[in-house]
Amino acid sequence: MPDDVSLPVVEEFQPRIVAFFCNWCTYTASDLAGTSRMTYAPNTRVIRVMCSGRIDPQFILTALRRGADGVLLGGCRPGDCHYREGNYKCLRRFTLLKKYLAQMGIEEQRVRLEWIAASEADRVQKVTNQMVDQIKNLGPLHLEHIPHAEALHDAPVAVAAGGAP
Amino acid sequence: MSDKPKAGFYWCASCGGCEESVVDLAEDILDVVAAIDFVFFPVAMDFKREDVEAMEDGEMTVCFINGALRTSEHREMARLLRRKSRFLIAYGSCSYQGGIPGLANLYPREEILRFVYHDSPSTENPEKNRPQPHFRAPEGDLELPSFDADVKALDQVVDVDYYIPGCAPPPSLLKAAVEALLSGELPPKGSVIAPDRAMCHTCPRIGTKPEKPMIKEFKRPWQIEIDPDKCLLAQGLVCLGAATRDGCGHLCINANMPCTGCMGPVSRVHDHGAAILTSLASLIDSNDPQEIEDALDDIPDPAGTFYRYGLPHSLLYAKCGITAGNGDA
Repeated sequence: MPDDVSLPVVEEFQPRIVAFFCNWCTYTASDLAGTSRMTYAPNTRVIRVMCSGRIDPQFILTALRRGADGVLLGGCRPGDCHYREGNYKCLRRFTLLKKYLAQMGIEEQRVRLEWIAASEADRVQKVTNQMVDQIKNLGPLHLEHIPHAEALHDAPVAVAAGGAP
Repeated sequence: MSDKPKAGFYWCASCGGCEESVVDLAEDILDVVAAIDFVFFPVAMDFKREDVEAMEDGEMTVCFINGALRTSEHREMARLLRRKSRFLIAYGSCSYQGGIPGLANLYPREEILRFVYHDSPSTENPEKNRPQPHFRAPEGDLELPSFDADVKALDQVVDVDYYIPGCAPPPSLLKAAVEALLSGELPPKGSVIAPDRAMCHTCPRIGTKPEKPMIKEFKRPWQIEIDPDKCLLAQGLVCLGAATRDGCGHLCINANMPCTGCMGPVSRVHDHGAAILTSLASLIDSNDPQEIEDALDDIPDPAGTFYRYGLPHSLLYAKCGITAGNGDA
């Protein structure tokens, strides 16, 4: 018997997706998906925030800079925000951020905003699977390398000068 | 030569405005030159690179470098001046964060060279010549600096001690920095020598700043008659003061023009443009996706507007793919 019978293993690209889910709707929906034993792609790392209005665009850019291939934002359906208007704030920022990301050569499918109510576990499943498929097709995100990037992470401690604070 | 502290003032990819800001010290410049000796200042004085190379390491007390870094010469000079100076200060928006030259990180090098040397309407270059780093002329070999694939801020090439923001920096900050250096009462390394609060905080129009979302559409300054007493945001202008560091002396505001963000972010912010984006988008008075999109159509160039002075210092740094196949040595 020949020794060398193993086939070459071609690893499929597995996207890393950071998901910011609001506590009251989308996170609850993903919890429900879990307790209902629904299966879906395991590529998301979910970060629970109290409200989609808490999602600073800097969170999204930082996720992309630190290795995410995509970012999924989940909030309550319009009109259902636990804090009344937080999801609209998210929408306004996201709409502007999308324009910036397009200018920076980042494909539209990589950053996605979805309204998912607490009962819509099937929607968490569907959106996650769909996004993973889309990003698999796009391939890994390659941002341009920042020289001496530590300068960015240790933001300088600033001092007051030239006038009283 | 006197035993006064020695200083240098050098420029990289720069417009000369930072040198102007030294002149803007007015009579205060006399105190500065009485206290320190400029030993390298290409704009104003006739010292050469060889003079710097001949210095001991750390011989200059301080060197101010302005301008972004894009060529091999910029990088060489930054490393040389770093070695020869005890304190290296990134002076002005370009050196601090990449500045306006940093917006070239939206384009691949080839596209820039092609436009500048071939396609620009004011260029006549039928033989499609381009400057070469090496050229053999009958008189001898000529060398030019090479042109990097991307634009960097000073701290992306060498270690920087302090930052002085502004385009150009206000003379008051230069004076504060010189006084701190002379007195030895220095802030922690890495400090930005400017107040750590938003410009709005001291803006003379703060009393009329809207507290609630109220913008239906954004305006350009030429589209409206600007009320000189009312908050510019309240008039629908894209004013970046809410997310930009103070210390500029409100020069633009006093000239009835909106803040363009030259002072960079405050210390808690990692990405200046994202902070600006958040502050502006939050002011849109609509919950309707289409209306929001329509209002934002009035901001056609978010990258150029929000990252005007700091794309290389932002989280994304450059447009994806611009350096592909173009790696720097």
